[in-house]
Parts: sequence; C-alpha cells; structure tokens
Amino acid sequence: MSHNDEKPHIIPYKTFLLVLLALLAFTFISIGVTSYNLGPLTVLIALLLATFKTILVLTYFMHLKYDVKMFAILVAAVLALIAVVIFITFLDYLFR
Amino acid sequence: MAQQAHADEHRDDIGSRFGMWLFIFTELLLFAGLFITYSVFRYKNWQAFHLAAEELDVFIGALNTVILLASSATIAMSITALQQKRKILSLSLMGFTLMVGIVFLVNKYFEWSLKFEHGLYPGSETLVELGKGEVLFFGLYFFMTGLHALHIIIGLVFIGVVFNYVIKDKITHDNFVLLENAGLYWHLVDIIWIFLFPLFYLIT
Repeated sequence: MSHNDEKPHIIPYKTFLLVLLALLAFTFISIGVTSYNLGPLTVLIALLLATFKTILVLTYFMHLKYDVKMFAILVAAVLALIAVVIFITFLDYLFR
Repeated sequence: MAQQAHADEHRDDIGSRFGMWLFIFTELLLFAGLFITYSVFRYKNWQAFHLAAEELDVFIGALNTVILLASSATIAMSITALQQKRKILSLSLMGFTLMVGIVFLVNKYFEWSLKFEHGLYPGSETLVELGKGEVLFFGLYFFMTGLHALHIIIGLVFIGVVFNYVIKDKITHDNFVLLENAGLYWHLVDIIWIFLFPLFYLIT
C-alpha cells in the first residue's frame, strides 16, 4: 500500500482566506449574541456557533474534505463517542 | 539522515497522518473529559459560575481567538505555498504563525498576572472566602487554559522544528507530511480554544 503520489491536491489560498473570514464572523456573532442575556438559549447558541467553527476547521484547515475518507469517518466516530458520553453523564445528573 | 527529497520507497504519508490523527483523538478525549467536568460543575454551581465568569476579560479572550484563527489559516496556507515551491512564502507564513503564537502566550501572561494581583489563583485566600463554586470555576479556568497554553508551547516548538527543516530542505514540495502534521496539531489547539473561549469568557 503506497499512497504517496495520490494527493497532489493544492488548496488555493483563497479557500483558507474565506474560511478564516467565516470563522471570524462566527466569533463576532457569538460575542454579540452572548452579550444579551437570553438564559439557557445563550449557551445553546454559543456552543452551536463553536460547533460550526470546529466543522470549518476540520473540513478545510485539517483537510478532511480532501484527505482519505477514513479520517473523516474516524473523526465523526470520535465526536459521536464524546457526544454519547456527555449525553449519558447529563442523564445521570439531570435525573438524580 | 541525508536530504531525501526523492527517497520515497519507505514513505507512507497516509500512515504518518493516521498516526497524528490517532494522537489528536487522545487529545480530544482528554479535553472532552475536562469540558464534561466543567459542564457538570457549572450545572451544580451555576450562580457562582455566573459571577466568576464576569471576572474574565472578553476583550483579551476575543483578541486571542482572532490570533489563533489567523495563525491557523497561515499555517494551512504555508502548505499550499510549499506545494507551489514558494519556499520563502511558506517560511513567512509559518513565521507569522510562530510570531502570533508567542503573542498569544504574552497575552495569557498578562491576563493571568492580573488575576494573581487580584488574589485569584488556585488555593488563594480570596478564592476560599468567595466560596466553593468560585474555587471550582477558577480551578478549572487555570487548569484548562494552562493545559491549552502548554499545548501552544508544544505546537510552537513543533512548528519551529518544521520551520528549520524547510530551511534545510529536509521538508520539500514533494515531501511535506511533517509540515502537515505540525499543522494538524496547531489546528487541534485552535479547536480546543474555539470551545474554551465561549465556555469561560462569553457564557456568564
């Protein structure tokens, strides 16, 4: 299994710049939104925006979109595992 | 090892990146554990966490967020530059990442110093007087941002080594997996901060 020559994929600078702009926009939106007191909704929005940002970083900066599919599947599996652990932990704490 | 721009018989770039990703997964689980600890303590001490979070400076947190996001973009671009055989541009972009990474740490230094001056550090009398919730909040704050800062330092050393290898042509346009791995590590540090920033600074 020698795969060394199969990815001469060069990602243009413009892609990274656009991703950076989107990340900065999400950052300022989350700062703006959290300055209002919306109760539990604030937490939800802030975490949702952080998740969008993470997906952008994973997809473009970390090349998951252009790399072998296996990496994307593994990352999704690890994130799903973390989500399940968080869910089960809170099932315990919320219904104690 | 001699310069091996074309010695690729024993190279497995995907295997190399796979190894980096496996390591990143262990890091994600480490920080996920800390985030869960934070969430549970926040849930159980929400009033204290609300008051304590107001102590943090949103401006310096936002500044460090912008710094990390920009540095992530430049290290990603340095790969593109190297692939296009633009070595100087690649080094400049990496140099930018290294420079602002250090600025991040300097900001962190001033931020922590200010907290220390106000008597806010793990085990301080001020903190004990404030109560259990504040002790938990600042304990987690110092531990998690401290562990993150340690990762910044490791990332800077990693990128520094890669920078040196690019100068010496040990990393070239057709053999740059080490630069990719350094980039992956730096982006991981970025992702962790993407969650630290709203959880500690924004949500009050």
